[in-house]
Amino acid sequence: MENYEQSFNYENCLRNEELTKQGYEKKKQRKTGTTIAGIIFKDGVVLGADTRATEGYIVADGNCEKIHRISDYIYCCGAGTSADTENTTALISSKLELMRLTTGREPRVQNALTLLKQYLYHYHGYVSAALVLGGVDFKGPHLHMIHPHGSTSTLPFLTMGSGSLAAMAVFEAEYKTDLDEESAKNLVHKAITAGIFNDLGSGGNVDLCVMKFQNTQFFRNFDKPNKRKFSRINAYRFPKGTTQFLEEKVTLLRKNLVIENLDKNNNNNDNDNNDNNDNNDL
Amino acid sequence: MSIYEYNGSALIAMAGKECVAIASDTRFGVRNQTVWREAQKIFQINNKTFLGLGGLNTDIWTLKETFRFHHNLYALREERDMSPKVFANLVSHVLYSHRFGPYFVSPIVCGLDDDNVPFLCGTDEIGAQEITHDFIATGTAVESLMGVCETFYKENLEPEDLFETISQCLLAGVDRDCLSGWGAVVHVLTKDGITTRKLKMRQD
Amino acid sequence: MQLIQQSKQESLPKSKEINQPQFFPYTNNQGSCLGICGEKFAVLATDTRMSMGYSIVTRNATKYLKLTDKCVLVSSGMQADIETLHKILKARLTIYQNQHQKPMSTPAISHLLSRTLYYRRFFPLYTFNVLGGIDEDGKGCVFSYDAIGTLERVRYSASGSGSALIEPILDNQVGFKNRGDITDKTGFLEEDEVVELAKDTLTSTCERDIFTGDFVHIFVVNENGVREEKFELRFD
Repeated sequence: MENYEQSFNYENCLRNEELTKQGYEKKKQRKTGTTIAGIIFKDGVVLGADTRATEGYIVADGNCEKIHRISDYIYCCGAGTSADTENTTALISSKLELMRLTTGREPRVQNALTLLKQYLYHYHGYVSAALVLGGVDFKGPHLHMIHPHGSTSTLPFLTMGSGSLAAMAVFEAEYKTDLDEESAKNLVHKAITAGIFNDLGSGGNVDLCVMKFQNTQFFRNFDKPNKRKFSRINAYRFPKGTTQFLEEKVTLLRKNLVIENLDKNNNNNDNDNNDNNDNNDL
Repeated sequence: MSIYEYNGSALIAMAGKECVAIASDTRFGVRNQTVWREAQKIFQINNKTFLGLGGLNTDIWTLKETFRFHHNLYALREERDMSPKVFANLVSHVLYSHRFGPYFVSPIVCGLDDDNVPFLCGTDEIGAQEITHDFIATGTAVESLMGVCETFYKENLEPEDLFETISQCLLAGVDRDCLSGWGAVVHVLTKDGITTRKLKMRQD
Repeated sequence: MQLIQQSKQESLPKSKEINQPQFFPYTNNQGSCLGICGEKFAVLATDTRMSMGYSIVTRNATKYLKLTDKCVLVSSGMQADIETLHKILKARLTIYQNQHQKPMSTPAISHLLSRTLYYRRFFPLYTFNVLGGIDEDGKGCVFSYDAIGTLERVRYSASGSGSALIEPILDNQVGFKNRGDITDKTGFLEEDEVVELAKDTLTSTCERDIFTGDFVHIFVVNENGVREEKFELRFD
């Protein structure tokens, strides 16, 4: 069993607990109030995700990436606390890469699944990453979902996140076995779009990832159904002097010296008075 | 009350044409009482990277020193400065290592990379990165700032225009927030240098 | 540890009482509205999304009321209370029309609304209103309220879930706050400018506020009466 205890630092926990006791509420961490989905089709797996990240009720990022690369042929969609999904997938990704280099073999999806579920189970659900893991190895296409507590399920089509109900409704109505690639892409696209439009936590664009044996295509912003519809041209111009200021300080950076160039004619500019390359502030 | 509202802060970073700007208010308060009007919330990391930290002041200074330590160690070992992207990863890593006992800060990193392309990155308190190409706002005034930035921001602004836009955004946003204001500072970073201005504004 | 001592004085009640059924009369259906007044006109706008939690109830909620030819009310908050309030006001205006054989003036309506809200001081209607139109002198006016009837005549106002995002924009563009380039800070914008501004402000707001979206109803009130416009926002 691996020792995960080296990875986190708990030195602030006592202080933070004390602050919570005094009535200071915890801040809402950045969540990917999300729609993520995946299906198995004839030759492989299609994963899909929306691109909205929210902090409370404000959109923190309207076009974030929720489909993370685990290895060349394994990708993973993340829902939940975005720091957790990003770091968990990155950790497992680097572990699998090391494994690939030591064994000289492509990692299997089952490998990624086991590492992820063991990691999440170890933290009892406190690492709140809900994942849809998909990939194609020599055993064929695989699709799994992993809950924050470490339980997993393996299904031919699945959805997660706050928009999962909307997306699942589409899958339940239209999923068929042995779909071809084009209709599989369209179906995932439709499911994610349902999440985007009907769930407030999801929004933005549709990302897709199509994986076939030894062949992965990642479609960043496959569809952009929510372009800005109105903006004022030539408005909000603030001429120079709009903002009044009390003090101004200009710090010029020293020209970068080119060591190879010994021609003296080019070094005339090196006498700026305001040279300040040492960071006095630090 | 959230611990983020203990000291109060407002920060914006914006990208222009081969330039970036970062602005913050300078209030240091203890809840509703303003204690000091010249608090520093933006730190220059190297010639092409700025770090803005909002949130609990004690954590701001602890983390600022932590980041400085890591940056200087890197600079000594590698004999070069960290690029903004690498520095953003450092910030993210340090914050995520405190996943279960976080520092109460909301950082933004901005700078110019080797080709003078603007780089902007914000993270939450546990280091979830958000890399954008337009603007980032954070602090207690985040809602007001998001509204103005979304409306006033234009792409490819020249440094002087970028200064006006970011300043107007900050002033408008901060005036609607009780916990930030009392002075503001704007840094505009271009490939030639840094222009720092202290804004004239309401002191309430 | 000054931090800890100070906070202890104001710490929240600690004892957690036993769970018992409670009465929750309110729900917030969110949405944003705004009002801007010009010299001889007023522009009011409200989005049409009605949501509960993270789901959209309807994309076509009616959150406005055309009270007279010179006065429009836009509201956000709890949809049931909004509809109740609008019904009450409509009835009161009909009674006034029948008694006085003339429509109520906009400033009079502003006070009527304030009284209607304050009447429910201890069981308020969960509504956040912006009332606007032109007054007896033909001048544009906007009135801003809280849920229990505080009344203020203002040049511009915003309420609802996106109000924090809208207000600073209007401060800068309509109130000319912090604007060194504008000398006459009491000046008014032109009508088409204000309409454009209202559209853009709400478009920007719905980029960042998840509760604002779908459509906007825009009302322009001037001496010719009320002109209505419907405008599309994002649907996500």
